Amino acid sequence: MSELLVKNAYVIDPINRIDGEVMDIAVRDGRIVEDVGPKATVIDAEGCLTLPGGVDSHTHVCGTKVNFGRYMSPEDMRAGREARRGVKHATSGYSVPTTYANSYRYAVMGYTTLLEGAMAPLEARHTHEEFSATPLQDMMANTLFDGNWGVMNAIRDGDQDRVAEIVGWTLSAVKGFGIKLTNPGGTEAWGFGKNLTCINDEVPNFGVTPIEIIQAMIRACETLRLPHSVHLHCNNLGNPGNYACTLGTFNQIPDLNEKRQTLYATHVQFHSYGGSDWKTFCSKAEPVAYTVNNRPQIVIDMGQVMFGKTTTMTADGPMEFNLYRLHHDKWSNHDVELETGSGIIPVFYRRKNLVNSIMWAIGLELALLVKNPWQCMLTTDNPNGAPFVKYPEIIALLMSKKYRDAEFATVHPDTGSKVVLPALDRELDWNEIAVMTRAGQAKALGITGIGKGHLGLGAEADIAIYPIRVGEVDPAQEYGKVIDAFSRTKYTIKRGRPVTRDGEILVHGENTTIWVDPKMGPGHDIGHDAEFVKMFDRYYSVRMSNYPVQDEYLKRSLRMETEAVF
Amino acid sequence: MIHTDMVCPFCGCLCDDIVVETEGNAVVRVDNACTLGTHKLMNASMDRLKGPIMRDGAGWRDATYDEAIEYAAGVLLDADRPLLYGWSSTQGEAQGLGVSMAELLGGVIDSTTSVCHGPSILAIQEVGHPGCTLGQVKNRADLIVYWGCNPTEAHPRHMSRYTTYADGFFLQNSFRERKLIVVDIRKTETASIADEFVQITPGGDYAVFSALRAIVRGRGDVVPPTVAGVTKEQLERIAEMCKSAKFGAFFFGVGLTMAPGRYKNVRNAIELVDELNRYTKWTLTPLRGHYNVYGSNEVFTWMTGYPYAVDFSRQIAFYNPGETTAVDILARKECDACLIVASDPGAHFPRKCLEHLTSIPTVLIDPARTVTTPLCRCQIPTAVTGIDASGTAYRMDGVPIHVKTFLDLGYPTDTEVIGRIFEKVQEVRHP
Ligand code: SF4
Repeated sequence: MSELLVKNAYVIDPINRIDGEVMDIAVRDGRIVEDVGPKATVIDAEGCLTLPGGVDSHTHVCGTKVNFGRYMSPEDMRAGREARRGVKHATSGYSVPTTYANSYRYAVMGYTTLLEGAMAPLEARHTHEEFSATPLQDMMANTLFDGNWGVMNAIRDGDQDRVAEIVGWTLSAVKGFGIKLTNPGGTEAWGFGKNLTCINDEVPNFGVTPIEIIQAMIRACETLRLPHSVHLHCNNLGNPGNYACTLGTFNQIPDLNEKRQTLYATHVQFHSYGGSDWKTFCSKAEPVAYTVNNRPQIVIDMGQVMFGKTTTMTADGPMEFNLYRLHHDKWSNHDVELETGSGIIPVFYRRKNLVNSIMWAIGLELALLVKNPWQCMLTTDNPNGAPFVKYPEIIALLMSKKYRDAEFATVHPDTGSKVVLPALDRELDWNEIAVMTRAGQAKALGITGIGKGHLGLGAEADIAIYPIRVGEVDPAQEYGKVIDAFSRTKYTIKRGRPVTRDGEILVHGENTTIWVDPKMGPGHDIGHDAEFVKMFDRYYSVRMSNYPVQDEYLKRSLRMETEAVF
Repeated sequence: MIHTDMVCPFCGCLCDDIVVETEGNAVVRVDNACTLGTHKLMNASMDRLKGPIMRDGAGWRDATYDEAIEYAAGVLLDADRPLLYGWSSTQGEAQGLGVSMAELLGGVIDSTTSVCHGPSILAIQEVGHPGCTLGQVKNRADLIVYWGCNPTEAHPRHMSRYTTYADGFFLQNSFRERKLIVVDIRKTETASIADEFVQITPGGDYAVFSALRAIVRGRGDVVPPTVAGVTKEQLERIAEMCKSAKFGAFFFGVGLTMAPGRYKNVRNAIELVDELNRYTKWTLTPLRGHYNVYGSNEVFTWMTGYPYAVDFSRQIAFYNPGETTAVDILARKECDACLIVASDPGAHFPRKCLEHLTSIPTVLIDPARTVTTPLCRCQIPTAVTGIDASGTAYRMDGVPIHVKTFLDLGYPTDTEVIGRIFEKVQEVRHP
């Protein structure tokens, strides 16, 4: 039995409606409890801001394309090199750091739970292998279905049950968490070098459209009772004028779940572009945010762009090739048979570049224009918009108009005519930041029930204590202090154990992999369906029996079982 | 007993449809594998060392695992600059332990990549890599190019599982519907079935790529009548085939990476593929030799940031092929102890390097006596992944596959042996 008492914590815990109460938090065996005995280890929070451990509901930290981002980028590795010290492994990398570097840096910023945004089912084993080398966070993986042949055929045949059966079988097999759709249909078209422009184009050879895929997957997600909703990277990412496609998609999302959203739309910054080409390019954050404000069934994440060097990586293969043709640096692509694809290119977002400046403004506009912070998560789509180490600056930008104005003065001079950012006075408060960086993310992922994103009795004792006293700082004026505080916790506590102190790594931890296992009941086992088996036999390059990820790849495993209702 | 869907632990094709029949601890039949794979699987229990051996004057003596592991840990701990080399024919789990051990020792870890596809990686680091999984090729490709490689002999099932003879979703009769181009300096077996065989003079790869790129770009006017022994006419024909394919798949081997020009050849190949993607779909895949050499690149990369040749002597991960690669470290007589795992440098390294290996305490972890054995002071036999040990391996296209076992011969696995050496190292060098 291990016991810990965090004393004098200034707690903000939005899920339990605690907004700035100085209190003690008792922990026994990794969970939050009523009280502990006199022998408990004591940490004095000294009145500092204390939040549930951070949750990142969309990041790219592990798996085939992340690792390929490292593989192709020795120049990125030279940044961020740190020596081995104590329990800490040597680290390398800035925008695509090593597994250890990702884990340490997230931990130092108070993050304890991460969702890898894109896992190709065929290569799932790789993601799980990297998870086991990510010591300080609990991990989940959204599973890519954007170009899944079985799914597309079932949709074309109008067999909605079959869609759910294939999704359920695949999630169980690959130990995935939720459904990810990246440019649905577009990546399949990229198999022959093509793309789709929006949701009503037909996927070549499959006779379905993106909107049919999106809607069928939403229904399948609810049939399977998955904790998280469909996680969508809309079609037509990154192109001028694409906000129309985004709105067209949002307007066709039904409201199907009382507990959470029906759709999680990711990195919406990249999907809120106006204009008809790069010359007329402008922000359309307003109509997009307006639509979100009127649709409680949708949650978005920002996908904030921050200036500097990074690496973009996405399952949206055709988009990456287009971007490569603009940037001409280097380009990797990796199509995955019957399922999905991906692309990677390095980019440098410049203040002097008008398009980049507008992109920077759009992310902030979305966060400020979406009224309900539970509907807008703070992310950079790490590392696409920026590496996650930029989160503290983004928090400060959202909390301080003064900081935004100071930054705005440094961007491309024409930006003002293309965005609404300077007109937005809203300054988010501490509670809203807590929602956007943990409580809202945990709720959107459907993991509050397993004790994530809050500090209520029975919750996982994942706690972040930041070296800042809320009453003594005015974030609107002293934004530098906000950045410093969110960059380095006083303590990060994972499952009741302090894992970092003042930026120093204290333990070599062991994460838990959270995955979903939908039980489908008799008559719905697609694994024995002749057509499904035949598809494996003929078209995959691995045998069906060798496809599922064995239990031994998950060192600590938390299986969330659901009962499908057909 | 019949074991189905086993994975062949020989080449980078990592065929996973092998059927092995065993009677007790003897393999009596292997189905689906090629001759290379069959040979490895059939002789699963033959030629193995019975237990560890240690140098005893001019000869050898038997040793216990405890003693050999103690010895290995001792020489590594004693060393100023230990080299941990090999890793291409072992499981990912062992590779990961190797990295952690190199890190703690302040040593250098390198894989056989540095003598096969190292140049491909250097090229990828400059210009990227438009690739795909092999099933994508099987289902879609109507044009295949093999350049500087001879899969018929080195990857015997590559063509039947993934390319020329493999039926796919978009090609019902692949052999008829697919075209094959082979580029090599001599007419290989693979070349004999090609629709176009392009014979280039040795060292001419770079020039031929440049000429093809020029033609694809519409600048055929700058190309002379022959380039490295290839006529302009043939180059133009090939460029047209490439542009008009629906999906082209380019494979290349050490015939390209180790030819004069090295990584520049590969860079030029990648840039040709980039160029072709402006017209149609093209991908490129290095034909990796050992079944898990790609796995060593993957594991090293997520742990250290670099795919091979990682030097921890400054406590950080440092990478500079040509300086931190095994051959260079040995040639400079820099390392003072060497652990070789699952590879046979004795058969491949320059003599100068081997001489240095014999002059320092070298420990070999390998199931059987090999050409490297005589260079070592101690050899520790282990189970073979895919036969009597299981573990992870990465196919040449990056697909990770769980390699399974069908025998139990009582040997410890590489992971176990390296884990025990690492434990001993940690007792002394505790962080
Ligand atoms: S092609 Fe390679 S992996 Fe396949 S059976 Fe032959 S040696 Fe084994």
